Amino acid sequence: MTGRDVLVTGTGIVSSLGEGPEPHLVALAGPAQPRLETERFAPYAVHPAAAVEWGLQIPKKADQRQMEAWQKLGVYAAGLALDSAGLKDDPDTKSRMQLVVAAGGGERDDAVDCQILTGLRTAADPGAYLNERLTSDLRPTLFLAQLSNLLAGNIAIVHGVTGASRTFMGEEACGVDALRIAQARIAAGQAEIMLVGGSYNAERPDALLNFALSGLLWRSAFASVWDRPAAGGGLILGSGGAFLVLESAEHAARRGAAGLARLAPVRSMRSPRPDEAGADLTRLWRESGAAADALVLSGATGVSAQTSAEHAALAALAPDATVHAVGDLVGHTLEASAPLGAVLATALLADRQAGEVVVTSVGHRRGAGLVRLTGLP
Amino acid sequence: MAATSTVDHQGRPLVAVTGLGLVTSLGRGQAENWGALTAGRSGIHAVTRFPTDGLRTRIAGTVDFVAAEPFCAPALAERLAELAAEEAVEQAALGRPGDFPGALFMAVPPVEVEWTQRRALAEAVPPGGGGEVTYAELLSAAATGRFHDWHDLFSFGTVADRIADRFGTVGSPISLSTACSSGATAVQLGVEAIRRGEVEAALCIGTDGSVNPESLIRFSLLSALSTQNDPPDAAAKPFAKNRDGFVMGEGAAALVLESAAAARARGARILGYVLGCGERGDGFHRTRSSPDGAPIVAAIRGAIADAGLRSDDIDYVNAHGTGTPENDKMEALGLMTVLGERMREVPISSNKSMIGHTLTAAGAVEAVVSLLTIAHGRLPPTINYAVPDPAIPLDVVPNVARDHRVRHVLSNSFGFGGQNTCLLIGAEPA
Repeated sequence: MTGRDVLVTGTGIVSSLGEGPEPHLVALAGPAQPRLETERFAPYAVHPAAAVEWGLQIPKKADQRQMEAWQKLGVYAAGLALDSAGLKDDPDTKSRMQLVVAAGGGERDDAVDCQILTGLRTAADPGAYLNERLTSDLRPTLFLAQLSNLLAGNIAIVHGVTGASRTFMGEEACGVDALRIAQARIAAGQAEIMLVGGSYNAERPDALLNFALSGLLWRSAFASVWDRPAAGGGLILGSGGAFLVLESAEHAARRGAAGLARLAPVRSMRSPRPDEAGADLTRLWRESGAAADALVLSGATGVSAQTSAEHAALAALAPDATVHAVGDLVGHTLEASAPLGAVLATALLADRQAGEVVVTSVGHRRGAGLVRLTGLP
Repeated sequence: MAATSTVDHQGRPLVAVTGLGLVTSLGRGQAENWGALTAGRSGIHAVTRFPTDGLRTRIAGTVDFVAAEPFCAPALAERLAELAAEEAVEQAALGRPGDFPGALFMAVPPVEVEWTQRRALAEAVPPGGGGEVTYAELLSAAATGRFHDWHDLFSFGTVADRIADRFGTVGSPISLSTACSSGATAVQLGVEAIRRGEVEAALCIGTDGSVNPESLIRFSLLSALSTQNDPPDAAAKPFAKNRDGFVMGEGAAALVLESAAAARARGARILGYVLGCGERGDGFHRTRSSPDGAPIVAAIRGAIADAGLRSDDIDYVNAHGTGTPENDKMEALGLMTVLGERMREVPISSNKSMIGHTLTAAGAVEAVVSLLTIAHGRLPPTINYAVPDPAIPLDVVPNVARDHRVRHVLSNSFGFGGQNTCLLIGAEPA
């Protein structure tokens, strides 16, 4: 199936390094100097979100209060993307714009959880106690700050992007598939302009808990994802948000918008077996027609089997390519990781530092994806 | 357009339905559910799964006849989805067992570690200073490795991955949420993929097994649930003046979608067609619709236009019909705006009056019921309709099923976060 050209016409990013393309381009150019929070969740480190002025993208305090950190990061990055695409003050286009968000769930109220667990230790009737405490202690609005689709809902409310939204869930793979299906819909003429991305808040103990259960968190001093498998492997989570405005070339031309990069059809596989991740990535690379000298932005997590497999696959596919591990710069942003890679790829292409960038995503548990972007003349 | 055409009014591949699967609190399979739905029977009952002491709402349409181990929302959601998909794939007779030649689009409920697991973690380590539980302790308990499997159990992509594995679907499975319209969005994604020519078939599933203390309390705190616990089967009262909220339900539904060309080529029995999909966001409020109903109107109009039909072609509406004061009023307003005076005569009924609101699954459940409605030429009623609401002057098929030839069903789904999705399902191509 031949499709229409799909352009990236705007990007927004916020991470531990800051906001917008510039601090990320600086980090990509130099030796990796990650900004880590090592005390708050010891023995686990996280890449904490840089401080941002929320009001710049979320003007109403009431909206800010209705959101938890993951939603604010996403809404903020979405606003930056709309700004970058020149759409912030274009209510007509935003009202037609479709939205695909890659998201998990929101944070819990840690204090409430712990108080209830403490009480349950001695409660005579644990069931009744749980009911009573949840009913009195849960903030009614917290539910809306936790629901996966409410990042999209908040983007609609704050930015007026109301074409329609869909939220994809499912860790790293959903970020790839959000880009894949958005690209395919535009290429096939099912949509003209879309906002695609995701966000993740790593600075919360319940998120760390989920990964600690399976022993997947890195516990030692910072090391590159490529060096972690030799020491047992592990990932360091990062907070961030990343969004892209994707648009048919025709639509962009009609409104006089400059493209920053072209997004090729996105490839993904279920890839359920870690020992086959390398073969799966190789297959996706070949199907995508990626050049051997493309610049690679790897989403490698640092988890042993998959990271080693990706390292070996890339060495064979693109032995001379420059490979950056995005996780070394900003940590692992889970659902947001493929969109974040695509934003950085766009920045490199728009800055003429490369003609073709391949973003890889091999999930910590499953899912392989490849996002290929090329520069525009 | 003749029933032999394989493309729609826009020249896109026509999308046929060749398999259906359904499980709700009313039973397992199309036959059990259809029998109960047309008998006007309710599947809503007192919750026995957990203690309900002190709760304002103590009823739900839980599915208690399906086991899941360890018992938690994702495990039950997976098992319900598996049952529905088995029935749908068997009816479609497409592919070989474990080798479904199409993509998987799956509406799954958000998951997180539940209280049973959280308590187990808290009890796995000795209490710290003062006996206060802290997340640091929970993290230590997690680090013992004794609860290793829970990471995957409570990961968002796991349910769909396991279903993909079980049925052998093609490609990266999609797990999605558009809140209470998720099931309809799963169908819409399947329709779009077939129209793009990317796949010839899709397995579209909506599933939900989330009735647990915290999720029930969360909805209760938003004042969304009916509190009329006694008798349970009378609590869900869509469109009635005395409606006071929805009742949570559980269930799953699966649809096998195929390009009509592929279905006809293999001689498959076509059960109906998904002719059109419409959707629209709403930036008015996190839980409330725009007061003018414009997004709902746009979604309904979008589905009709996508199908290449006119509003006059709709002869039955499978309502979102949650039974909350707000939803039913806005849904009626939206329909009256699009269909005009004629809407007073177009029958509309709410399956949720009997099975409750199956949340993530609802859009898929109701799409399946819409296809059964077409197949049987009979409208399931809206039960518990005793007090008409003058503000909703509609034929809600009150209390008793009715024979009625149906060619085109509009199935509505609306959700928190401004999600509005409508499907137009037909007996024949438009």
